[in-house]
This record gives sequence, structure tokens and C-alpha cells, in this order.
Amino acid sequence: MRKTFISQNPSVLWFILALAIFTVVVTILSEVTGIGLISTSFVKTLGKTLCLCLVAIAMDVVWGYCGILSLGHFAFFGIGGYAVGMWLMYARTEGIVIESLAGQPLPPTPQEISDAIGNQIFGVVGSSEFPLIWGFADSLFLQLLMVILVPGLLALVFGWLAFRSRVTGVYLSILTQAMTLALALYLFQNDSGLRGNNGLSGLQNIPGYEDTSQAVISIVFFIASAIALAAGYIFFAWIVSGKMGSVVKGIRDNEARVRFLGYHVESYKLFIFTTTAVVAGIAGALYYPQAGIINPGEIAPIASIYLAVWVAIGGRGRLYGAAIGAAFVSLLSSWFTGGGAPNINLGFYVIQWTDWWLVLLGFSFVAVTLFFPKGIGGLFDLLVRKQQ
Amino acid sequence: MSMLLEVSGVTVTFDGFRAINNLSINFAKTELRAIIGPNGAGKTTFMDIVTGKTKPDEGRVIWGDKNISLLGMSESQIAREGIGRKFQKPTVFEAQTVRQNLAMALKTPRGPFAVLMHKKTKTNAERIEAVAEQIGLTDSLTRVAGELSHGQKQWLEIGMLLAQEPRLMLVDEPAAGMTPEEREKTTDILKEAAKTRAVVVVEHDMEFVRRLDCKVTVLHEGAVLAEGSLDHVTSNQTVIDVYLGRAHA
Repeated sequence: MRKTFISQNPSVLWFILALAIFTVVVTILSEVTGIGLISTSFVKTLGKTLCLCLVAIAMDVVWGYCGILSLGHFAFFGIGGYAVGMWLMYARTEGIVIESLAGQPLPPTPQEISDAIGNQIFGVVGSSEFPLIWGFADSLFLQLLMVILVPGLLALVFGWLAFRSRVTGVYLSILTQAMTLALALYLFQNDSGLRGNNGLSGLQNIPGYEDTSQAVISIVFFIASAIALAAGYIFFAWIVSGKMGSVVKGIRDNEARVRFLGYHVESYKLFIFTTTAVVAGIAGALYYPQAGIINPGEIAPIASIYLAVWVAIGGRGRLYGAAIGAAFVSLLSSWFTGGGAPNINLGFYVIQWTDWWLVLLGFSFVAVTLFFPKGIGGLFDLLVRKQQ
Repeated sequence: MSMLLEVSGVTVTFDGFRAINNLSINFAKTELRAIIGPNGAGKTTFMDIVTGKTKPDEGRVIWGDKNISLLGMSESQIAREGIGRKFQKPTVFEAQTVRQNLAMALKTPRGPFAVLMHKKTKTNAERIEAVAEQIGLTDSLTRVAGELSHGQKQWLEIGMLLAQEPRLMLVDEPAAGMTPEEREKTTDILKEAAKTRAVVVVEHDMEFVRRLDCKVTVLHEGAVLAEGSLDHVTSNQTVIDVYLGRAHA
């Protein structure tokens, strides 16, 4: 059975192999081994990029395979980040508070510790009370469960309402945009319980590993992201191959026909929507400890649109295409906007890439859609065909 | 003898236009039936009602031995009850192979979990091959359905219907765009299928209906105008006036 799965999905083997080589090479060249050709901050960038690849293949499954253009999947990514961020921030603040109170003649009561933690975390939004949603913040296990449960439940309820009413196409896209916008606006409020526009910060410091250098932590997260991406790739390759893949692609191409074959289309859409939302949450939970900070701006509607752009440029309907698109465009984006690209002096006008990158991206998106609908991933088709 | 499907007193109105007007029509468990009628007679709307796509304003649609009502059931539930439908325009999944198309249609559990855990079995492969044999696509099983000729797509869709093992097959213009030889073969497939189930064919082409050699129902303005053998209905003066008269005009 395993053999047939690989032979039916040759890209899985190649993808995992390339990812493994990449991971090993980056680890060797990082500051951990002392070679230090790749800086710790760049290791973090690469690790974050792998998380973006993971959320991109989830997007590809929901859009490229199932035909649901969700423009809200970054909301699930952000929720995953917030869920793990709550524990990181709580546990770290707790450590600091206990340390600073240790010098007092009377040992602090649990209430005093709790108040002090609350003051530390919520002082910035003028509060010291723990909101209800922080009830599990002291438990890593429960917060990790939230990484899966909250995006999963939100997607389940949202998807059930939308698919049951047969909302499709552009209307569904607008609804998903509204979902992520509503969530972002809610989180922007100071009394949302998640520190408003300050978001959660200091997430790069892992409680219990204060003495471990960021070089080591960054490599650990980088490898964890690579493993998550590999696992996600195999999982989604399994889902979109075989009979499930047939039905899902059938829904994309002709929903009504699938219905008349006796398949309950809404259940299938809900399954795909929810599964990809959970994977997006996991990707976010790995991303934000590497980013160090999460704020509501991360789940603004534009983020989910970028996600769709990555998948379109990479090539819809092929998992490696989505991963390549996400890696390529997001790295290029940080190069252009991070001042890496030299400005072009036209004499009468200086093209500054920090301003013009979005224009370039917009044009690339239009060009790919018009001239290369298969995206970058389509180039592999040409290679494979030449070999045959 | 109890009927497989009883449609009685069904009315459907679209924006004030009565597409179906107090229609009553029954089908036996095994029969081949042709439904003819001019454009706008309500043929496709009738199929939409039976398959759950359109909800009627009035009337009853009773199905099977247990006399259950199909109204209020979803399209997929009705399909699982055993009603298969072929569309006017051949709608197969063009991006997938003939085998995948047939495998998707094959009567197996339809739930997402069962489908996810689905394993290919020898029995199912044999069932697919048997259907492919019936529709003459044995050599094309590994081809992508989008590459098939128009006639082959029509057959593939009929094959998908057969693979569903329905008790009632609703077939909308199966012979459209087919060569005479292809038509002959299509007739054979449908006649064979009707030996064990009810097959209802909506058709414009009189020659094709004659070849089916079966009971004919003439629809006009959403109601049954005449019923009987083709010769019987074509000699009916009202039928000649409303249908043949217009068709030959």
C-alpha cells in the first residue's frame, strides 16, 4: 500500500528529500555548529518560511483541490499563534514574577503572584485582571490543545453555516474575508483580553530554557517546522490522492454532479475546510515563537489574500507548487521590503523597492494568472514531460 | 402492482410562470419510458423535481416499496435512494481518468470517512471493468475523460449511472450529437439497463425514440398530454398540433 502511495505521488518523495537536505545544510551552516555562515536571524526567517509553506499547502488543498477560495485561512494561522503565545507569555512572566518576589521577607501568596503576573501582562492595556480566555494559560498541554481546537471549531461552525446555505464562489470568499476582518477588529480592542494592538510579545523566549541561546532555540524551531511541513505534506498528499481526492476534485469541477452521485458535498467541504484550518493553526503555533511577536495586524484581511497570491504564483492544484510559491514570494518580499534590493535611479525618479514591491507583486500576480495559470509548479510538468 | 415512483398533482411556478402544472406520472419497477415534448414543456423541470434540485409548490412525489416522499430530501439523499441522473450536456469529471470517474460513481459507502479510508479492492475493480465493457470504454479506462469524444463522454456518463446501480435512471437526451452507429449502441445500452430497473429517457429525436420501442409520454405546458406507444401518440391530433406541428414548422 505504501509503495502504491509513493508511486502515485512521486512528488512526496522528492519534496521530503529536498526538505531533508535543506534542513541538514541549514543546520550545519548555522551558528549552532560554529560555522555560522547562516545567522540566527536568517535561520528564524527560514523557519518562519517553512511555516508559511505549510499554511500555503493547506490553502492549496482548500482552494486548488476543493475549489473553495477561502480568504480567511490566515485567521486560523493567527489563532494558532495566539494560543501558543498565551502560554509562552504567561509562563515566562510567571518565572520573572516569582524570581522578583523571592527576595521579600514573607513568601508571596498565590493570589499575589497571580496579581503580579496580571499586572505585568495586562498593565499595557490598563488592566490587571485575567480575562476568562486565559484560564488555561498556565498549562502548555491545554494551550497546545487550543492550537488545534479553536481553529478547528471556528472553521467547523463557520463552514457549517456557510456550506449548508450553499454559499459558494465569490460570496464565500467575501464571507471568509469578513470573518478574518471581524476577528482582527475584535482583537484590536484593549478589552478583548489579548492585549489589543500590542499583541503578545517576547514569544522567542521559551520558559524553562532561559539559559539556552537563541541560536539553539532557532535551530530547534527550524527543524520542528521542517518536520511539521513534511508531515503536513504527506498528510495532504494522502487526502488528495485516492478516492477522497477524486471526490474533492469533482466538487471543484462540478459540485452539482457530485451531489447527484449521492455524495453529501457539504460534509466533504466541511471536512476539507476544517482540516486545513487546523493545519493552519499548527503552522501559526510554530511561526510566532520564531517571529517573537503576534498582534492583530497579522490576521488582517490582506494576509489571507497574500496567502492566495502565493498559491496562485506557485501553482494551484499541486502541493509542491504552493510550497514553492509561499517560499519564493515571501522570501522575495522580505528581500525587497527589507532594503535588500538596490533602489533604481531613473534620473528623474528613484524606484524605492519598499514602496514599489507591492506593485511588482501585483503585476506578477496578474501575469501569472494570465500567462502561466499553472504557476511556478507548472515548470516541473515541463521537466517531467521532457524526461518521458 | 405498486409503482416505483408516483408523481401526483405536482405544480412548480417560476416567477409566475407555471413550468409544471398539476403533473401526474407513474413509473413501474422495470420499464423503459420515453418522455417527449416541445421546448419548455417541463421535461427538465420534471427531472429537477424528482432528483431534489427543485422543490414543487404543490403535489406529492412518492418513491419505492415503503412509499416514502422524496420532497424534503436533499439531492445526495435521493441519489443514495437509487435515483440516478444523466444531464443533457455530458458532465463527466474531465480532469480525471475514466476509471476514476467510474470509481467515484460505483455504489459504495458515500460518507467522507468511508471514502477517506477507501481501499481499492478486486471486486470493485471488476465491477468497474464490467461497466466499462458495457459502455465500450474498456480500452480507455486509463485515459483522461476530457480527451474522450463527445459520444464517448455520453457513454461514460451513462456508465457512471450504471455503476451507481440505481433503481431509476433519468437520462436527458442521451443521443444528442451522436453518429447513427453511436445511437444504435446507446439504444442497446439503455434497453439492456431497463431489463432490471426503470429507465426514463427525455429525448427530442423521434427516430431515436422509435428505436427505443417503448411507452411514450408527451408533456406539454407542464402536464401530460398523451401517453402510449409512439404510433398511438403521434396519431393523436392534439399532439400533432402542439408538438409535431411546431417541430416541423
